[in-house]
Amino acid sequence: MTYFPEEVVEHIFDFVGSHRDRNTVSTVCKAWYQVERLSRRTVFVGNCYAIGPERVMARFPGIKSLSVKGKPHFADFNLVPYDWGGFALPWIVAAARLCPGLEELRLKRMVVTDDGLELLARSFPNFKSLVLISCEGFSTDGLATIATYCRGLRELDLQENEVEDHGCQWLSFFPDSCTSLVSLNFGCLKGEVNGGALERLVARCPNLRSLKLSPAVSVESLNKILARASHLVDLGTGSFAVDHRTDVYHMLMNSFPKFKSLRNLSGFWDASPCCLRAVYPVCTSLTVLNLSYAPAIQGDDLIKIICLCFKLQKLWVLDSIGDKGLAVVASTCKELQELRVFPCDIYGAGTTSVTEEGLLAVSSGCPKLNSLLYFCYQMTNAALITIAKNCPHFTRFRLCILDPGKPDPVTDQPLDEGFGAIVRSCKNLRRLSLSGRLTDQVFLYIGMYAERLEMLSIAFAGDSDKGMIYVLNGCKNLRKLEIRDCPFGDIALLKNVAKYETMRSLWMSSCDITLGGCKALAAKMPRLNVEIINENEETYEFEENLSDLHKLEKIYVYRTVAGPRNDAPDFVWTL
Amino acid sequence: MSTTETGNSSTTESAVSGLDYEETQLTLAPPGGSRSEFERKRGFSEGVGLSLETKDFLSGSSDEPPISGAGEPSAAKAQVVGWPPVRSFRRNVLKSCTYVKVAVDGTPYLRKVDLEAYAGYQQLLIALEEMFSCFTARNYPNERRLVDPVNGTEYVPTYEDKDGDWMLIGDVPWK
Repeated sequence: MTYFPEEVVEHIFDFVGSHRDRNTVSTVCKAWYQVERLSRRTVFVGNCYAIGPERVMARFPGIKSLSVKGKPHFADFNLVPYDWGGFALPWIVAAARLCPGLEELRLKRMVVTDDGLELLARSFPNFKSLVLISCEGFSTDGLATIATYCRGLRELDLQENEVEDHGCQWLSFFPDSCTSLVSLNFGCLKGEVNGGALERLVARCPNLRSLKLSPAVSVESLNKILARASHLVDLGTGSFAVDHRTDVYHMLMNSFPKFKSLRNLSGFWDASPCCLRAVYPVCTSLTVLNLSYAPAIQGDDLIKIICLCFKLQKLWVLDSIGDKGLAVVASTCKELQELRVFPCDIYGAGTTSVTEEGLLAVSSGCPKLNSLLYFCYQMTNAALITIAKNCPHFTRFRLCILDPGKPDPVTDQPLDEGFGAIVRSCKNLRRLSLSGRLTDQVFLYIGMYAERLEMLSIAFAGDSDKGMIYVLNGCKNLRKLEIRDCPFGDIALLKNVAKYETMRSLWMSSCDITLGGCKALAAKMPRLNVEIINENEETYEFEENLSDLHKLEKIYVYRTVAGPRNDAPDFVWTL
Repeated sequence: MSTTETGNSSTTESAVSGLDYEETQLTLAPPGGSRSEFERKRGFSEGVGLSLETKDFLSGSSDEPPISGAGEPSAAKAQVVGWPPVRSFRRNVLKSCTYVKVAVDGTPYLRKVDLEAYAGYQQLLIALEEMFSCFTARNYPNERRLVDPVNGTEYVPTYEDKDGDWMLIGDVPWK
């Protein structure tokens, strides 16, 4: 192949899409490495500390799209201290210097600052798309600079970020000449929104296909927007509750029928049942419906809307849907691929209203189901075994039984056999989250059968080190392992240290890992960062005071070619 | 359908259950018999003594009196950090949800009401009347009372507080 001119090789590489394949291709020989690196257009960095930004940009000077992830996944549940790290600025700085052709930046769980956003806005003349997911550290001022300087911006997608509100004027910073927006999502903003500026912006962007509004956008505003944006494919409403006796309500009722292309609906932040009726005319063409932020919509109203959604592929709801509502999903939504059922009552005082019955119904009625996130009150082995048989195509299976360590309520047995059936049957399972009462046995099954598994989340499970060892010795495609509150100790940690270099990261909190165990791991594996996160202020001076037997609250272990990071806060110690 | 018996036979009550999010009551119980195993684990080692109870105010069976000394224990227990695994964004959105369940004794279904939507008890009562208007009629337009048109018994609004006691609405300041 080295006899082909470079242009031909490059052309062939254009057909090599996935990151993994391109990585493989680049290792064949020096010539291919060179061709590949210069023609690479998209780079994905799963752990921002695995490699330095300059090294990435120097190797791939032609990239148009960069995705970077920062904090470990358990940061979503407040297990990672606030200023642990994951700073976006070094990546923006390096890209500004070395890859000025950058067009897309996608960041997840990172700390982004207003300065970073301003640098981003000013440095890339062709910048088209900014996607921030679960990030923090910036304010609406930063958004204003993006609006001001990114000529030709096509996409601004803010999902579940913590954004400081410095006023509603940022939307007005989109110049009158900005007509290029295709996607605008600011659902996570908490502050006031300048309705007029928003309406004018929507009116002058004829290519707008996706619009997701924050709760502060009134129904009046929504009505005006909908009047001008009839080509929308994806809509997230703002506020969705008005008195049914008002003109605004009547306008809302008449706003939806004209939408021929609408396929995705979300938002519904405070939706009331009578306002929800407004969307009935579009239900029959919906493929995505997210009602999981609408606690006022009860089971019966959910059923009324779901009955109409026979083309639905993705459904996110609260558990107020009940087993009864899920039975309706099962009989109506034959195209369903992804289901997420979230708990309504997180703070625990009422009952949750889905059990294994609801999931059983969906598994039997929806043959295309492949992705599940299900918070429920209880689960049985029998149900899981049947579900596994009904749905062998699961790629993502996340089950959260709200009471940690709860056994099968019928047999009082652990759920080992149920989850075992899932991993045996679902040969393409890539992501699995376990819950309920579980012994080491379930991990034996996972190690043996879950060959394609890439991410495993474990909480309050297992009996001994054997559990973790089964997983580390099996699961040859494991990339991320996150464990909390399990009786796994140093023996498990140190049994198969080479495994960690084949994985992106390991998180363990509230387990039985000691300082000595971590020291041993760090000594054996110099290309891992073994981070100890110690929030107990009394033990800050650890080198002197702590014995090797001291149990560690939180550790985060990841492979890296960048060495220990230089931005770690005081409470993080990299061995 | 829940029926709530009271000691007073001449009036029936509409009950509002208060879900007080300020004092979250989520606690955690290890499965029967394995308490020691859980106590070994770091998260439980502070002797927090976790036991999970889901409080089920209104769906008790008909022979369960609401005013019972053996009601759910309401001692504040610590929550397990990061459990259930729900993102902060979602928690915050649902936290501002001040919905409570309302039942009128003898009606077949419950309703949910957002306490934040009302500025005071009067507005809440008006709204409740509208919600349950098919079961009641007000005979005296200038009086705030609900009367069952069938047998003439009066409805009195009450709520269950976090100690499990049934209280008459109006004694505690609205806030």
